[in-house]
Amino acid sequence: MGQMITTNNLMYHYKNNEKEVLALKDVSLHVKEGEFVVIIGHNGSGKSTFAKHLNALLMPSSGDVIVKGLNTKDENKVWEVRQIAGMVFQNPDNQIVATIVEEDVAFGPENLGIPSEEIVRRVEEALKSVDMLDFRHKAPHLLSGGQKQRIAIAGVIAMRPDCLILDEPTAMLDPSGRREVINTIKRLNKEENITVIHITHFMEEAVDADRVIVMEDGEVILEGTPGEVFSQVDKLKSLGLDVPQVTDLANLLIKEGIDIPSDILTVDEMVMKLCQLK
Amino acid sequence: MLKDITIGQHYPTGSLIHKLDARTKIIGTFAIIVSLFIGVNAPSYGLVALFIFLCVHISKIPKKFIVKGIKPLRIIIILTFLINIFMTQGEVLYNLGPLVITREGVRQGVFMAIRLALLVMGTSLLTLTTSPIALTDGIENLLKPFKKIGVPAHELAMMMTIALRFIPTLLEETDKIMKAQMARGADFESGNIISRAKGLVPLMVPLFISAFRRADELAMAMEARCYRGGDNRTRMKQARMLKIDYLSLLAIALLLAVLVLLRMLA
Repeated sequence: MGQMITTNNLMYHYKNNEKEVLALKDVSLHVKEGEFVVIIGHNGSGKSTFAKHLNALLMPSSGDVIVKGLNTKDENKVWEVRQIAGMVFQNPDNQIVATIVEEDVAFGPENLGIPSEEIVRRVEEALKSVDMLDFRHKAPHLLSGGQKQRIAIAGVIAMRPDCLILDEPTAMLDPSGRREVINTIKRLNKEENITVIHITHFMEEAVDADRVIVMEDGEVILEGTPGEVFSQVDKLKSLGLDVPQVTDLANLLIKEGIDIPSDILTVDEMVMKLCQLK
Repeated sequence: MLKDITIGQHYPTGSLIHKLDARTKIIGTFAIIVSLFIGVNAPSYGLVALFIFLCVHISKIPKKFIVKGIKPLRIIIILTFLINIFMTQGEVLYNLGPLVITREGVRQGVFMAIRLALLVMGTSLLTLTTSPIALTDGIENLLKPFKKIGVPAHELAMMMTIALRFIPTLLEETDKIMKAQMARGADFESGNIISRAKGLVPLMVPLFISAFRRADELAMAMEARCYRGGDNRTRMKQARMLKIDYLSLLAIALLLAVLVLLRMLA
């Protein structure tokens, strides 16, 4: 598997009221093709700033961001980078441009200058892949939050990206909308082999990831498989982050002297381990 | 209240007029506006009225709907009628103290009222039969030739599309803010005009701030989707002028020619 995204010593600072603020401190990460990476951290931890670097919406103050071999600093490649690394934002209302669903999905391909017959084909494909084909002629403001966010994802998919960057796409949704969006993302990752970088503060959404990255104060402080990361319950809690409930329970049981592994992430796993206890 | 305004609403029926290219309909509407000002006598207004009624009939839009569109304007129409009756100089028909009704005044007043009513009917027919997107596309296409002299055709169309897209979003937001402020004791309904206008401040400030924030986020989302202006941009749906469009334009040109002729004869 090749590298999809590499960042080398990425630094970013900006001025706020004459004061220098360091938003990203020396972030070096590698994301492989087809990987499902979840980034967690609270507000102000730099995770959104990091995401905006991955498709050249922000430029590093120093260091490099390489997207599929292209450096985002190269001004001639900016549009290519944005096509490769598509981005979905938090508020579904503020990223839908057109008054009809299919027109909105067509917005990206139209910007790329793709011939109209090909656009029609792509729009249909993209809407099918997020399971929203029946809504193609509807007005976006009549849809639910989860549906709107799926339209936003379709709008990016229609540009045929290799990588999908989602900046807290579920933060404004109700639980059922959240489930819709998460299932869509997972399916795109598995079936269409699209690399996913998912930023969230819902720990449950990180459980199925290939890799979890925890950011705090502009730095990567933990990185590993969900099991590796969430088993460090005390460290995460000291950062003010939650862990999945089941992992929390496992940790409490261990403290009580019960011999079960600390990296349990799902209810099924917990049931299995508990039943195997002697 | 907002529901009563039919201007700007779209009423799809799939009729022949709905299927016409937006450009044809925009040009046609302009021709109707021009024709109303070319017309000088009863036959010419009759002709324009006949043309508009024919269009309404073909469009299959309920007549009631069209009449409803004129209703909010009835005060303006009546006022125009009265002003014209009393203010025009000429042969005196009737004396009402200081006010004088003249033959010319009555004639002018009736024509003015008819002109206004037909104007509203003609223009609302455009929006009733054309979806907002087709309309903006039509405007963009019509303005394209003027790009060379610096008319930002694509940008204008994009602005209109986004405005249309955000009308429901902002209406919903207004409603939410209003309820939130009412829950905290804001009063939007009582008092005189000045105190009511003052009462709108706590509504407008958050609304504007949120609109600016939305604009900022939308701009970023558009850039992330590779938007870089109208150059090299393609469209999913390409508007095409068909035979029926050219025939319609021909009919409108004929109407205008007859009206010019009538004016010259009068």
